[in-house]
Amino acid sequence: MRQILEGSRAVAKTIKLIKPAVVSAYPITPQTHIVEDLAKFKADGEANYEYVRAESEFAAASIVLGASATGVRVYTATSSQGLLLMEEVIFNIAGMRLPVVLTCANRGVSAPITIWNDHQDVMAVRDAGWITLFAENSQEAVDLHLLAYKIAEKIFVPVMVNIDGFVLTHTYEPVKIPSQAQVNKFLPNYHPKKGTYLDVKNPRTFGAFASPAYYMEIRQELHEAISNSKELIKKEINNLEKITKRNYKLQIINSFPRRQKGKLRIIDSGLVEYYGLRNPEIIFVAMGSMVGTIKDFIDRNVFFFEKKGSKGISAGVLKVRSFNPFPSDDVNKILNKVKFVAVLDKDISLGKEGILAQEIKAVAFNKIKAKIQSFIVGLGGRDITGKTLNNIVELIKKKDNEVKFVS
Amino acid sequence: MIEIRIHGRGGQGVVTAAELIAIAAFYEGKESQAFPNFGVERRGAPIESYARISDQPIKLRSQIYEPDFIIVQDDTLFSIIDLFKGIKKDTKIIINTNKKLSLKLDAKKENILFIPATKIALEVLGKPIINTVMLGAFAKFSELIKLTSIEKALKSKFSGEILEKNIKAAKQGSIFGHPKVES
Repeated sequence: MRQILEGSRAVAKTIKLIKPAVVSAYPITPQTHIVEDLAKFKADGEANYEYVRAESEFAAASIVLGASATGVRVYTATSSQGLLLMEEVIFNIAGMRLPVVLTCANRGVSAPITIWNDHQDVMAVRDAGWITLFAENSQEAVDLHLLAYKIAEKIFVPVMVNIDGFVLTHTYEPVKIPSQAQVNKFLPNYHPKKGTYLDVKNPRTFGAFASPAYYMEIRQELHEAISNSKELIKKEINNLEKITKRNYKLQIINSFPRRQKGKLRIIDSGLVEYYGLRNPEIIFVAMGSMVGTIKDFIDRNVFFFEKKGSKGISAGVLKVRSFNPFPSDDVNKILNKVKFVAVLDKDISLGKEGILAQEIKAVAFNKIKAKIQSFIVGLGGRDITGKTLNNIVELIKKKDNEVKFVS
Repeated sequence: MIEIRIHGRGGQGVVTAAELIAIAAFYEGKESQAFPNFGVERRGAPIESYARISDQPIKLRSQIYEPDFIIVQDDTLFSIIDLFKGIKKDTKIIINTNKKLSLKLDAKKENILFIPATKIALEVLGKPIINTVMLGAFAKFSELIKLTSIEKALKSKFSGEILEKNIKAAKQGSIFGHPKVES
């Protein structure tokens, strides 16, 4: 049923339908309403999970690690300093191959103190060995959580679903929450095989000591599990679309200026999505909620093409839905013929450039001719507007190599 | 797309007001969105919230800089904040005040509505929580959403005596939903 909900509530309702056995979280800032709602569902007798209120994020992560090792479905959420405090456990969860799902309600990190949205928090753990997905809106946030459990439990790799703090978590918008039957069909109860979890009758060890003779191979296995998961993610997104009768493309097309529909091109590979003109001059590359604002910018500028002599902006946006595994081939296919690529990061590898920009440059090396430029936007909650995007359009034509901070 | 900006102080239900507008519009089959100007919310501090209503799915997520409607819940904000920043030729404004304000604005008189919402709220709710009074006035003034949709939206958030009182407050507000052109 389509309803209007706060983003956090939409995620909480989805988690309730997914029925984890254990939820653990630290309840103070930087926390969201997600775990508050989950606590309320439990208190009201609407849910059966064990709800463990932890004394810190380090403890919350450790509790879901332990619970997951006993072979049950688990959930936690955090962001910002909370995720940083979890970091040691975040690496352990991945190294132990535990199918934990975590929502990161992305926020900036201190100092100076910020409570506002950017992507610096998730980037601090980008090499920990988690599959990392980004949602553009509430609907995608709901769907990616279902997908996250499916993938995690299939290949024993944890999944982090990133939803922009405040911008998505605190916004009311229409969203379709799947029915319990749809969730059960896509995501049946989790029953791992005997011997894969902690069980006194079938003892095993997690995260044991690995000497130089073994450590490297174990790390390689985790690497291969993640890089080989691309096809699986694509397949499961298709399954999810079928089961929930979702049609992303149709919804997007309907919002495009009617008279211009012939010029519109939409590609959705599952891992990335392209939205924009057929042969654009500029492609913006971005993750998360700012993709919506960029789409709106493209829609507004498309009108200009109708008027003779007016300067239009010929653009498209490439949304990276899966940051890890990184969809190299899909990215190259879309950026192949374009003249300018503007990568928008809500994070920075200080002293270098945007982190998504680095990834794009790495996969595009020797494959595409376009000028790829790094733009830093929206740090610590700075609003991203049409003006920001106009400024980027102006700057990119200067073909400068320096990273640019743009408001 | 219609954009609405609400100004008030922490504790006046500024954020809830934007949410109720979005919920009411959604009940009428429209696309809508509501969010606060994110901050560390404290009672008494200046607060802003935003709502968008459209026939098409809303993708834009930036704050609202050129509103079609401005709702001012607290007239003590005039000296602190530029409440009319980004105002357009046809922007409609609703202000909660008991005073006779003279606004230095290039707006038509019929586009500005003054309403003694605090007085009404004290009479109906017994508390100076004026957001539902303002919403009633907004429904009537804007003709964007029906008063019955506001009532339905209130039902999704409140129950019991609080709900009844707020419905009454919205109704009372709607009576004031016409600008007094002659004044």
